[in-house]
Amino acid sequence: MLSSQKINLSKIAAKAITPLSFRTFASSAVARNVSINLHQGSFESYNCDAPSLEVNISKEELVRMYKSMVVMRRMEMASDGLYKAKLIRGFCHLCTGQEAVAVGMETALTAEDKIITAYRCHGFTYMRGGSITSILAELLGRKAGISGGKGGSMHMFTPNFYGGNGIVGAQVPLGAGISFAQKYLGNKAATFSLYGDGASNQGQVFEAYNMAKLWELPSVFVCENNRYGMGTAANRSSANTSYFKRGDYIPGLKVNGMDVLAVHQAVAYAKEWTVSGKGPLLLEMETYRYGGHSMSDPGTTYRTREEIQHMRSNNDPITGLKQRLLEFNVITEDEMKAIDKAARVEVDQAVEEAKASPEPDVDQLFTQIYQKEAGVKSLRGREPEETHYY
Amino acid sequence: MSSMLKKAAVVSIPTVRQALIRSNPVLANALLAKRSYNSKGGVEMTVRDALNSALEEEMIADEKVYLLGEEVGQYNGAYKVSKGLLDKFGPKRVIDTPITESGFCGLAVGSAFAGLKPVCEFMTWNFAMQAIDQIVNSAAKTHYMSGGNVDCPITFRGPNGAASGVAAQHSQCFAAWYGSVPGLKVVSPWNSEDAKGLLKAAIRDPNPVVVLENELMYGISFPMSEAALSKDFVVEIGKAKIEKEGSDITIVAHSRSVGFALEAAELLEKQGVCKAEVINLRSIRPLDIDTIIKSVKKTNRLVTVEGGWPQYGVGSEICAQIMESEAFDHLDAPVVRVTGADIPTPYAANLESFAFPDTEVIARVVQRTLNKKIGA
Ligand SMILES: Cc1ncc(C[n+]2csc(CCOP(=O)(O)OP(=O)(O)O)c2C)c(N)n1
Ligand SMILES: [Mg+2]
Repeated sequence: MLSSQKINLSKIAAKAITPLSFRTFASSAVARNVSINLHQGSFESYNCDAPSLEVNISKEELVRMYKSMVVMRRMEMASDGLYKAKLIRGFCHLCTGQEAVAVGMETALTAEDKIITAYRCHGFTYMRGGSITSILAELLGRKAGISGGKGGSMHMFTPNFYGGNGIVGAQVPLGAGISFAQKYLGNKAATFSLYGDGASNQGQVFEAYNMAKLWELPSVFVCENNRYGMGTAANRSSANTSYFKRGDYIPGLKVNGMDVLAVHQAVAYAKEWTVSGKGPLLLEMETYRYGGHSMSDPGTTYRTREEIQHMRSNNDPITGLKQRLLEFNVITEDEMKAIDKAARVEVDQAVEEAKASPEPDVDQLFTQIYQKEAGVKSLRGREPEETHYY
Repeated sequence: MSSMLKKAAVVSIPTVRQALIRSNPVLANALLAKRSYNSKGGVEMTVRDALNSALEEEMIADEKVYLLGEEVGQYNGAYKVSKGLLDKFGPKRVIDTPITESGFCGLAVGSAFAGLKPVCEFMTWNFAMQAIDQIVNSAAKTHYMSGGNVDCPITFRGPNGAASGVAAQHSQCFAAWYGSVPGLKVVSPWNSEDAKGLLKAAIRDPNPVVVLENELMYGISFPMSEAALSKDFVVEIGKAKIEKEGSDITIVAHSRSVGFALEAAELLEKQGVCKAEVINLRSIRPLDIDTIIKSVKKTNRLVTVEGGWPQYGVGSEICAQIMESEAFDHLDAPVVRVTGADIPTPYAANLESFAFPDTEVIARVVQRTLNKKIGA
């Protein structure tokens, strides 16, 4: 059965996912719109026109963008702390520095649009409706986790977010497939497949490009170029680092991914492009991760501390939006401080809730391996007497 | 933890070091970097350093040996197995690849056809699934398909099996997958001697060899014999090793499970339950069934242990071959397989702890097998 609501998340703790309608930023008709001009270098295009540099957006939406980025950063800081306290195991990839990508995308999309990414997925999960508690509880491997504690840091899903995938590049054809289903079902919506500068070299990325173009799928391929794939700088992995041009026959746009408004504008453009039937589009988000690749990587052996500091001081997405909010009198500095404080309280509270959640029930070991385990009579544990009978 | 599984304790004995530095400074530097000394004065080495020595020695010995893979050079390896090799051998022979497993694996296989001896590192074997076609269809079969006209002396290596807390896509054992392919040799080291000897043998072997290491073992120190420290040391591929002699039951294991099997055996012996014989398979293909048969004829009971899934696994194969052999007539109880559970690996610690064999499960199964009697 092909249905746009195919991912069955009914088993997830009801609280884990807020229906997107409550959380999207679909501009209300309030006439509090502002018109903001993006910087000249915000876009560079390849075989298409660049989006307008003029962004029309409501003040309300701008404030929500700010709040989302602040919450996201707080949430990742909390993850960092929980990891260092040895409460999070295995891999843990933070998106600190890259917040503008997930947030700017969400404001331009609806719940009908789908997103898929790799393991650096906490921010997207949050923007696509996952509660902070359910994300943190997943990191802790608890029952209240968005995947019931089965997936951990790399595997989180919501009804319009297909994860949370651990194999570099594999999510890209999956995303093309989701857009294939959208077209097949006649949905006027698009799928955005995110992948890194490192992942961009996987063969299956190019295979997905080809099919998406061949079949004019409403697929937007989004390269999150944060300059490094693990310890490898982009120019050491990629013969062409103009990732937005690598679709050859697919037009592309390079976007200042540290500016949430530029991301918003580009994604709105890409959605319009694909949904109007022009086929796929490539977006390259120029961004930067402040931390190491994952928690076990200090992130300082292959780049200088100065480079990191420079990005933090001059390109920080939160600081950038803050300046705009003040410049356009959207909110006052005090109001912003109140938002910062509220975010801290909200995340702190979520940390406590997540910690309070028990571990998953042990009988969950054998559930959800198949849709209907009843069709499978039994599965074996580590030895015959640990066999589980359904 | 048993005495064989001590965490690396680097007790350097300054006098030993100085004596060595005086007598042979070049050798001393090379060796002392990787060795530590246990309290008895014997040399210990981590599995990681043993693998690193193997690579270094084989690269010194043969110009045609080169290493490629993701992060193997400038980053010194995602798990630091290739640490220092870029500095020693330069970028011609230690090559950082893009994240394109299918591509760089295919390229490595092609270079082996053309006379080089690549060591193709997969950051983990999970990612080699991107490249399994090149391993199975190109590397394993070309010698045969070409009527012996094309050789493929390549080593594929990297960490295999479950790691800790990394969930379903990053925690699985590929021994059964590659072990089923004619044309491939497959080895699975447990300790430092295995790691060094088998990797060196793999690199020297004229066939494609899959080396299944284990990330959770990289940091563990093991004693190294005098012989194992030599640059001429190799462990023959296709030979299992009896790690502990016993008379009452045979436990066959590979990789990390060997440690658990030994612990279970020691525990049961201390409790006066039994004397178990523990066989470290070392090699998955060729499988040294003769050593297992001989042992079963002596002990009359067999338990197999592995971290992989139960269905069509290494244990299944051993059971089948025992059934087909004369050892069948010597069995006093049915063979039992201890394996990874038949599930994708869960993340949560409490669930994960039920997904893979440990000392306790092995001890339990061994005890139960001792109490069973065929026909009874
Ligand atoms: C097929 C595959 N190969 C290798 C890895 C190991 N790995 C995980 S992330 C990563 C780097 C990816 O870099 P990039 O695509 O730039 O994404 P970023 O981490 O920068 O977001 C690597 C090599 C993997 N998970 N899957
Ligand atoms: Mg990257």
